[in-house]
Amino acid sequence: MNLAYILSRAVAQGLPFLYGSTGEILNEKSGNLNLGIPGIMISGGVAGIVGAMLYENSVAVPNGKVGLLVSLLFSLLCSVALSLIYCFLTVTLRANQNVTGLAITIFGSGLGNFYGGSITTLLGVSSSSVAATTAAYKAPLIPFYDKLGAVGTIFFSHGFMFYLALIIAFVSWFVLKKTRTGLNLRAVGENPATADATGISVTKYKYITTCIGGAIAGLGGLYYAIDYSNGLWDTNSFGDRGWLSVALVIFVVWKPNLAVLGAFLFGGLYIADIFVPGLTSATKEIFKMLPYLVTIIILISTSLMKKKENQPPASLGLAYFREER
Amino acid sequence: MKNKTAKEPLMRIAKRTDMPVKQSVIIRAAAVVIALLACGVTIVAITGGKVDFLSIYSEMFEGAFGTARRIKITVRDTCALLCLAVALAPAFKMRFWNIGAEGQALIGALASCIAVKLFPNMPVAPLLLIMFFFSVLAGALWGIIPGYFKASLGANETLFTLMMNYVAIQLVKYFVVLWEKQKGSGVMSTLTTGMLPKLFGVDYGWSIVIILILTVLSYIYMKYTKHGYEIAVVGESENTARYIGINVKKVIIRTMAISGGLCGLAGFLLVSGTHHLVKADLVGGNGFTAIIVAWLAHLNPIVMTLTSFFVAFLDVGTAKIASACNLNDFASDVVVGVALFVILSSEFFVNYKVIFNRRKKAIKEGE
Repeated sequence: MNLAYILSRAVAQGLPFLYGSTGEILNEKSGNLNLGIPGIMISGGVAGIVGAMLYENSVAVPNGKVGLLVSLLFSLLCSVALSLIYCFLTVTLRANQNVTGLAITIFGSGLGNFYGGSITTLLGVSSSSVAATTAAYKAPLIPFYDKLGAVGTIFFSHGFMFYLALIIAFVSWFVLKKTRTGLNLRAVGENPATADATGISVTKYKYITTCIGGAIAGLGGLYYAIDYSNGLWDTNSFGDRGWLSVALVIFVVWKPNLAVLGAFLFGGLYIADIFVPGLTSATKEIFKMLPYLVTIIILISTSLMKKKENQPPASLGLAYFREER
Repeated sequence: MKNKTAKEPLMRIAKRTDMPVKQSVIIRAAAVVIALLACGVTIVAITGGKVDFLSIYSEMFEGAFGTARRIKITVRDTCALLCLAVALAPAFKMRFWNIGAEGQALIGALASCIAVKLFPNMPVAPLLLIMFFFSVLAGALWGIIPGYFKASLGANETLFTLMMNYVAIQLVKYFVVLWEKQKGSGVMSTLTTGMLPKLFGVDYGWSIVIILILTVLSYIYMKYTKHGYEIAVVGESENTARYIGINVKKVIIRTMAISGGLCGLAGFLLVSGTHHLVKADLVGGNGFTAIIVAWLAHLNPIVMTLTSFFVAFLDVGTAKIASACNLNDFASDVVVGVALFVILSSEFFVNYKVIFNRRKKAIKEGE
């Protein structure tokens, strides 16, 4: 195993984190601490497989690109639907965000694993192959990447979702930091009453951002399901990636541009036990604790430093009700 | 006539605190009925119409109460949820979002196992006592750490306790590898000592008794003691608490020690009463479900017996239907999720009233 290969695996491992945390950052910037993200990622991923499988079984010679579009559409629809449930409950009905988020995660991971676990029975299809779609996802955008040496292997051996993740992260950063919309959004997350008083529609901002954020997080699940694990859903194999994405949000102090680096670092830590020499199967498990410990340390140190720009959005986790002062 | 006044909204929402108990009970009962209907529809949908809508409920009832064994399992699952929900109640009352019950219970379970490994030859009674203390202390420690950083630095407790879950899970995985039955199996061998004696003919008989006693004690603690009062005040407003001379920091840390300690106790009961081993998914997501169970019961431990029973019933009942249709158990999570959505929505109608704008209509009629 050479270093370039290991790093390229770290990047691949990091992509679900990058999607998940970018989505969660958008959620949290609007004041919604969406703990439903892990569930949205799982169901968004499985929805992609379902879409691809339905398509590939319906035609004789499946076209990978069409399969790609169909799976993307299924995934987005599923993630947005779950996000809408979350918004309706927390924003419109003002239910508690933590509780609603956890309910979404129970529902979403249940739905994902339910369909993922009995997929051919449920869809009534003969073949569980999504090979054409997977190939379309995996095709490197730069076909001559192997001539670029190590850099090519590490960064350019991935399919289009690698680039999409980077683009989404940087666009999110740009919108949040440099545009009027981003400023309004941050106002909604920091102090919805003030935002409301200046004429910003708190409800509209929360709904739209949470749905976009959910859709982005769902793409993380989609990448994992179809690209990373070749369209074969193994129950619970997604594991704690969803919660790690939530952790990553703290690690990168709510900045999508930092999330790019953070995600690849987390990806590296996630598989560190494979390439760190001298680990036994027991100490491996201690090693896997690292991402969480690092997050805890970041959490403590950001509260210790009390630096204004590194704090969570002030109204995070609170439902906004205009008449409540 | 068209003038450019702002469009008047169709309805508006006002908070209400005056709903009579009777009416709120009716709303919640209606919510449970709607939730059950929604669950039925969900089951028909996800099984692709393989089951008949009306037979679902008898099937679920059969699955949860059909045989003596099934009743016992339903009761066991109810109590497992109840114990964690009761443990979470004080923290939530304080508006401390402890979502680390999973980890606190798991570390408690691990501590019990460590106690057995340390004193394998001790008689059962003192060993159980040591396991108990180990578990409660470990759980309390897992609660105190985020509690301390919340109280002293204001570190976000939701995210902190969430991370602590995974630290606990990884620690458990580490010890499981150390104690592996066969190298590479990833499962530890079942403990041969440190088991609670049987009661009502089941291993977990004593667990049930302990959990029910705990529920009552917790109700008294929250409702009738000075500590309970302090927790409520800190939850309502930290500034008020400070003003009337409550040491907020102390209350937060103490309450988290209790909450974590009780979760640790739940871990002890899981090891000594039910599973006799520890594994990463021992608590199996109950730590998260318990949060919702506690919340739906308005943090009232007595009501939690009902909410945890409701969730356990749906879980066991759906699992029965799913296995009859050759589908996997995750159907339960889907159905429980749907039920939770409905019941969470119903709270809105208890806490708020929707006022439709009649004025506009009246003007129209006058024209």
